[in-house]
Amino acid sequence: MSAEEVVVRFEGVSVERQGRRVLEEISFSLRAGHFLGVVGPNGAGKTTLLRAMLGLVPIAAGRIEVFGRPPGGASPEVGYVPQRHAVAPSFPATVRDVVMMGRLRRLGLLERPRAEDREAVARSLARVGMQDRADRPIGRLSGGEQRRAMLAQALCASQRLLVLDEPTIGLDLPAEQAFYTLLRSLEQELGLTVITVSHDLVALAAEADELICINRTMHVHGNPEEVVHSHALREAYSCEFNFLAGEIAHHERIGRER
Amino acid sequence: MLELAFMQRAFAAATVIGVVCAALGFFVVLRRLAFIGVGISHSAIGGVAIGVVAGLPPLATGAVFAVAVALGIGAVGRRGVLSEDAVIGVFFSGSMALGVVLFSVQRGYQQDLFGYLFGDVLAISGGELATLAVGGLAVATALALAFRPLFFIAFDEEIAQAYGQPVGALNTALLVLLALTIVIGVRLVGAILVEALLVIPAASAALWATSWRAQIAISTGLGAASGVLGLVLAYWLDLAAGASIVLVSAGLFFASLGLRRRAAG
Repeated sequence: MSAEEVVVRFEGVSVERQGRRVLEEISFSLRAGHFLGVVGPNGAGKTTLLRAMLGLVPIAAGRIEVFGRPPGGASPEVGYVPQRHAVAPSFPATVRDVVMMGRLRRLGLLERPRAEDREAVARSLARVGMQDRADRPIGRLSGGEQRRAMLAQALCASQRLLVLDEPTIGLDLPAEQAFYTLLRSLEQELGLTVITVSHDLVALAAEADELICINRTMHVHGNPEEVVHSHALREAYSCEFNFLAGEIAHHERIGRER
Repeated sequence: MLELAFMQRAFAAATVIGVVCAALGFFVVLRRLAFIGVGISHSAIGGVAIGVVAGLPPLATGAVFAVAVALGIGAVGRRGVLSEDAVIGVFFSGSMALGVVLFSVQRGYQQDLFGYLFGDVLAISGGELATLAVGGLAVATALALAFRPLFFIAFDEEIAQAYGQPVGALNTALLVLLALTIVIGVRLVGAILVEALLVIPAASAALWATSWRAQIAISTGLGAASGVLGLVLAYWLDLAAGASIVLVSAGLFFASLGLRRRAAG
C-alpha cells in the first residue's frame, strides 16, 4: 500500500435522517498510514459520518469511497470499534470469542474457524497485550480492558483501516493515554490508517496527524496545530479555546513520558 | 410405564421439544425475546383455530400464522412508532381473541381449545411425533448453521452489520425459528406454557455458566430432564403432563438460584 494512496474519500457527502440533513457537503480525503481525528460539538454528526463510511446509513448526496470502492458489503478491509457502553457482565463470551467475531466475514456460513483464524486471533490479542486475558469472560473485564479487546477484534477484521468512535469515552486519563499510546504503536508497526471520532479535542489534537472539525458541515481540515488555532474551530463550537495550546502540550508530554 | 406405547411417544416428544426449546432459549434469554415469545405463542391459538374451522392441519396453520405474527411484530416494531411491547400486546390479544371466537363457533370447542391452550402430550400420535422430530431437527440444524452470526448480532448488532453480516435477514430468521419452535411446543405443554420451555432452562443455565458452550449444554440438559421428570411425575401423581413439565423446569430454576446464592454467599 503506497503512502500516497487515498484510503477514504468523501466528495460532497450529505446524510439525511427523518427528512433533516444531519451532514451536508462533507468532502475530505485520507491517505494511507495517517491518523485522522474527527472532532465537533455534540450532535455535530461525527458518528453519522463514521456510520456513512461503514455503509450503515445511506447517503442522500455525494460519494464515499473506501479503498476505491463504495462502503459496506463484506469486504474485509475495515476494523470498527463503535461507541458503546460496557458489555453486560453476564454476556457468555470470552475475550477470544469476541475477537474471533472479527474473522466472521471471512468465513462462509458452513465454515468453522480454521487454524489461521485462531492464529490471527492470538496475534491480535498479543498486539494489544491481552493474551493472558483470552479466556476471561468479556463482561468481567475493566472498561479499559474491554476497549483493548474491541481493538483486538477490529485488528482481527482488518490491519489496513481502523475506524473508532469515541474509543476512550468513560476511561480515566491514564487509561486514555495508554489506549492512544497503544493505537499509535499499532499504527506505526502495521502501517494502519486510523480514523477516530472523539469529543475530547485536546487528546485527539495531541495524537492525530490530521484533524477535521465538523458541525453538520465541514468547518476545517488540516494538521492539529492549524486546526486548533483556526477561527473555523471556534465557529464550529461557538466558543473560545484560550487554554487549548497549553493543554495539548501537556497531553503530548504525558503521552511521551508513558 | 415405559411399556406403554403412548408414554414412549410422550417421552420422545418431551425430550425432543425440551432440547430444541432450550437450545433456542439461549438466544431468547440473551436477546431478551421472552415477551415476544409470549406474544407469538398466544397468537398461535388464532392460527390453530383457523385450521380447526377450515378443516386444515391445525399445527400447520398455527405455524404459518405464528410466523406471520412474528414477522408482523418485527416489521411494526422496526418502524419505531410504537414500542415493541405495545405492538406485541396488540398482536397477542387480537390473535388470541380470534382463536377463541373461531373455536366458539365449533361444537365441543372447549375440549379442542383446552388441548391447544394446555397441551396434550399423552395423546400424541406416531405421525405427530415424526412431524415434531423432523421440525425439531430442522430448527436445531438452522440454529447450528447460523449460530456464529446470531451470536455476533447478540453481542453487537452494529459491528455485525458493519462487517457484512445480513443482520435483518438473520433477525427475521430467528423470529421464524422462534415461531416454529413455539408451534412444535404447543402440542406438548400448550400455548400458555410453551414459553416456559424457551425461557426457564436457558435462564437456569445462565446461573451456572459464563460460557455459551456450557450454557447451551446445561440448558438443553435441563430442558430434556424437565420433560422426562415432568412426565414421570405426571404419571405417578396423575397430574396434567404439560404443567408438570413446566413445574419441574421451574423447580430446577429455583434450586439453581438457591444453590448459586449459597455458593456466592
